Amino acid sequence: MLDLPQIGQPVSRLEGRAKVTGTAKYAGEYNADGLLYGYVVNSTITRGKIVHIDTNAVKEIEGVIEVFTHENRPSLAWFDMQYSDMDAPPGSPFRPLQNAEIKYNGQPIALIVAETFELARYAASILKVSYQGESFETDLYNHQNEARDPKKGVATLLKPLPPKPKGDFEKAFSDSAAQVSAEFVHGTEHHNPIELFATTTIYEGEGKVTIYDKTQGTINCQLYVGNIFGLHFKNVRVISPYVGGAFGSGLRPQYQLFLSVMAALQLKRSIRVTLDRQQMYTFGHRPPTIQKTRFGADSDGKVNAINHTAIGETSRHEDYTEVVVNWANIIYPAKNTILEYQLLPMDVSSPLDMRAPGGSTASHAIESTMDELAHKMKIDPMQFRLINYADIDVSENRPFSSKELRQCYIQGAEKFGWAERNPEPRSMRRGHKLVGYGMATGFWEAMSIPARAEAVLTREGKLRVSSAVTDIGTGTLTVMTQIAADELGLPLDDVQFCYGDSKMPFAPIQGGSFTLATVGSAIKVAGKALRKKILKKAKEMKNSPLKNASDGDVIFERGGISLKSNPDVLISFREIIVANEDKEIKTTNMSVPNVFKLKNYTRAAHSAAFVEVEIDEELGTIQVKRAVTAVAAGKIINPKTARSQILGGMIWGISKALYEETISDHRYGRYMNQNLGEYHIPSHADVHELDVIFVEEKDEIINELGSKGVGEIGLVAMAPAISNAIFHATGKRINKLPIHFDELL
Amino acid sequence: MEIVTKSTRNVLQPRLLSLRVNGVPRILEVSPWVSLLDGLRDHLDLTGTKKGCDHGQCGACTVICDGKRILSCLTLAVMKNGSEITTIEGISNGDELHPLQKAFIEHDAFQCGYCTPGQICSAIGMIDEKKAQTRAEVKDSMSGNLCRCGANSNIIDAIMEVKERRNHA
Amino acid sequence: MHNFNYAQAQNIGEAIEFAKGNESAKFIAGGTNLIDLLKYNITTANMLVDINHVPEHHLIEEKSDGGVRLGAFVTNADTAYHPLIESRYPLLSKAILAGASAQIRNMATNGGNLLQRTRCYYFYDPATPCNKREPGTGCSAIGGYNRIMAVLGTSENCIAVFPSDMCVALAALQAVVNITGPEGDRSMPFADFHRLPGDTPHLDNNLKTDEIIVSIDLPEKGFDKNYSYLKLRDRSSYAFALVSVATGLELENNLIKEARIALGGLAHKPWRVEKAEDFLKDKEPTMSNFASAAEMILFGATGFEHNSFKIELAKRAIVRNCMMALNPESQQPGAQPSL
Repeated sequence: MLDLPQIGQPVSRLEGRAKVTGTAKYAGEYNADGLLYGYVVNSTITRGKIVHIDTNAVKEIEGVIEVFTHENRPSLAWFDMQYSDMDAPPGSPFRPLQNAEIKYNGQPIALIVAETFELARYAASILKVSYQGESFETDLYNHQNEARDPKKGVATLLKPLPPKPKGDFEKAFSDSAAQVSAEFVHGTEHHNPIELFATTTIYEGEGKVTIYDKTQGTINCQLYVGNIFGLHFKNVRVISPYVGGAFGSGLRPQYQLFLSVMAALQLKRSIRVTLDRQQMYTFGHRPPTIQKTRFGADSDGKVNAINHTAIGETSRHEDYTEVVVNWANIIYPAKNTILEYQLLPMDVSSPLDMRAPGGSTASHAIESTMDELAHKMKIDPMQFRLINYADIDVSENRPFSSKELRQCYIQGAEKFGWAERNPEPRSMRRGHKLVGYGMATGFWEAMSIPARAEAVLTREGKLRVSSAVTDIGTGTLTVMTQIAADELGLPLDDVQFCYGDSKMPFAPIQGGSFTLATVGSAIKVAGKALRKKILKKAKEMKNSPLKNASDGDVIFERGGISLKSNPDVLISFREIIVANEDKEIKTTNMSVPNVFKLKNYTRAAHSAAFVEVEIDEELGTIQVKRAVTAVAAGKIINPKTARSQILGGMIWGISKALYEETISDHRYGRYMNQNLGEYHIPSHADVHELDVIFVEEKDEIINELGSKGVGEIGLVAMAPAISNAIFHATGKRINKLPIHFDELL
Repeated sequence: MEIVTKSTRNVLQPRLLSLRVNGVPRILEVSPWVSLLDGLRDHLDLTGTKKGCDHGQCGACTVICDGKRILSCLTLAVMKNGSEITTIEGISNGDELHPLQKAFIEHDAFQCGYCTPGQICSAIGMIDEKKAQTRAEVKDSMSGNLCRCGANSNIIDAIMEVKERRNHA
Repeated sequence: MHNFNYAQAQNIGEAIEFAKGNESAKFIAGGTNLIDLLKYNITTANMLVDINHVPEHHLIEEKSDGGVRLGAFVTNADTAYHPLIESRYPLLSKAILAGASAQIRNMATNGGNLLQRTRCYYFYDPATPCNKREPGTGCSAIGGYNRIMAVLGTSENCIAVFPSDMCVALAALQAVVNITGPEGDRSMPFADFHRLPGDTPHLDNNLKTDEIIVSIDLPEKGFDKNYSYLKLRDRSSYAFALVSVATGLELENNLIKEARIALGGLAHKPWRVEKAEDFLKDKEPTMSNFASAAEMILFGATGFEHNSFKIELAKRAIVRNCMMALNPESQQPGAQPSL
């Protein structure tokens, strides 16, 4: 049988069986002898101080073991830095139970530990807390004039601040043949993975814990715990084999991890802390953002002036930033720009990257503005994008490592039937319903960072690869196994990928669509090193037919090494292992992106989304009847899981455009719909025909795989494509997301 | 509301229940305030049934109780004394996966996998009900199961395939 | 959630006995709303009396007067799919199927459906004032985020909405609620069952705490030829109504002989205006007549900061739903709009 390369095959998820039979265990599902249950109590005021917590009444209850508050928590690390993590923005990280100060509504203020879940929950519900409230502010919109520039820090390395103004924007804008200016707003959004945040801490003896945590970074959590509780890193093991969705919410260690570990160490018992759904709204969120655009175009349709400003919400204690305004000039090569990004600290928890952070915010403003400009100039919206196509990134004056966006437009439009669009708004109908076609461009930076991987040829002659990386549902296990398999020419059954465990080789947090490029590259590097080692052993074998062969002369295939010149010569891995005294052959390597080369290129995945909406003319109800997203993201390792990632992103786009928002009542500084009944994400009935195209894109610069991640790109273009389609259907442009159907009445 | 203290706790003593879970008789000793969901997860270690909201708003805890799909978070274990419960752990025939399980893998009908047990149990209940026929009806009938990863279209594809095969059988 | 004692009643008498003299006892049937509320500590109980094992009231049966009796303990799903309901009261069937999710409809009972509580954000959040939850504390919704709240029959104490779909159809069908309690049996026209908030927003309905709904009677007339249920909400399924309309029409020679129109999502109870229904009598089933009726039904409606749209939306929904009732095959899954 011919061994096909595994890369490029639509392999079904390797953990599929575990997930459909219920045997896949998530963080809150591990058991231990005498396991205790923790339940968190959260602040009901927004700012002020805790005056008193009456723990005695609760401690009276039989089965309640302890109540932890700021008054009796153990003494812990002193410095902010020790509470910092890989994704911490500039500022002071939030420290649970640090003192009596309340910084935001929903802040954790106590942990009840009891023998059963029900008792802990009950005790949490009757704990009496008295506060001294202070005035607070959570309304971004009413304080825009107080916005300021963000502070710089380590985390902002991956999130560059906007480029400086270029040319003479004001003059160019006022000289433009067509001008559009608009304001765009979206509210707070919460990640809402269906799995609740949970940590099960197994107490292993003095100063030693094994932690099952819901996270996007096992090592990130290991370092956090080690630093705060003063434990040896080797005594802190964080395991996270299955993660029930995260979408960014697990990029930073969350407070249930801190509380669970603290209680386990204090009580010397194993303990599980699971948040409830309401508590899922008491840490990170996508920050509400206000954007303003002014775009101007020449009479030939070329955009020559771009002004894009954004004000994002952050907390009082950290400067969380997003890359919002940098994009417009990367996509559209105007010569005159003013791009500004500011922050407005409010009495809220720190925002946290949420699927396509910044990019999906930016695209809403940029792509809606472009659509309006095209409409004003009576140019087809897609044609308008082609007129303004950027062959190089003028904002940084450098080429793209690859960019097949043009093909995304062409192939996407063809598949969708864009040519049938009547340019006039309100011109297309189906019975009583208005029909609208809209499109938009998507973009997402293709990053990669250093990581390590171990590759082992086992005694059975099979391959085992490991990395501390998590699989949050993106298909990491499957694609990493595919990448590893090709290194030794093995079928997938002979390859094992071990992951989700901090004792494995270093991987950064899983996010920003950089895992494939980051961990995949590490696996390739380790795989190459292992091949070298195996070949060396094979050459050293007695009477080795490969004695004089170099790497270029051999093929790793059929469970061994063969000679290119004579395929009948095959030394099996098992033979090599036998010759190696029956010991496994192992290597651990690090991949480091070639920064000196990469910095000369802009690296991004692109997409074009095409959407058809149907709107009931009298009632306003909106349905996204069908959508096509064409994606250029380099080499697609697994078309099946990658397609699912894009579909997922598209559904997130539908959600962002039409459904999801966290409603704040600024009188209380409190979110009012902290549940899945009133925080609407699309139901099955809201999802109709969706199609994905992967456009062929070769990229020999970006990384060894030639691949860009696809976790975010599917989302970026969808919301503006929908709002543009709504404009086309109704003639109404609504720039506040989500768009409620009643706004179309 | 009086606080339940050491002296008043006796009235709330755990009770013995018997359930048939996945065809196996199980004895459970629980207090009245234990939901069926927590009974399955914490007391019987059947963690395949998931807790996503605990308030009947996501469908992750769907199980089949006496032949019908229900939400195990919105009922008490004591109320189900004597019932026959099927959870995700009990739907395959030994090593042979249920057709829906196979179809979910084939159609990539999950990503993180957390809503999956509920989706599959709900789909089994839906197919047995024989009410939803068209794709639109199936989508509506499955809408009590949310998926945050956005696997919706693959989920419905998987279900439709199994349903149509059933119809032709 | 507080712990509670639990008892299974073997008959109605025993159930009433269990709860006697205990203000903090609650009857539990499907439990889909009660357990939700107990978990949020909105409701507390020191005793739950499980009435699922009561042998009576588990049937749907024809009555000698030509109507149909719905046992209180029949689930919403079994009711919606019952051949008598599907054939004679399809409006009720469609309304039930537009509510909640399939799983919840398999659990929730008919009696419980009438007793579900509002989904007002503030009612559900004990950290905020709410007159319904804690009388006298004030209404947070009036000056707060009130997109989902009422525009009809509100009071300065409460603008919460009653969330049921099933009850909108029951109101249109002029059902009768049969109740039993320590003082004996009584019946109540559906229109009298639920209350407006007035000065007592904590009272959703006129059932006493020690009483049990045992059945709901449907009169003979089921509007099985011309009916429609329309539900407008923020997503297509598994969401509460912003506006819903139940319409039953009886037509003769292209004239309306009798019309019933009830609204959900707009008030503290299903909303009907008999004057508007009377107006339609002997008129042609035209959009303009329906529009006039809609004006009468929404007469006096007052919006708040975020929900004024409901008034115009409701008017349009009434017209549309009446037109849909002329073509009942236009019904869509999830009671979405069609035509």
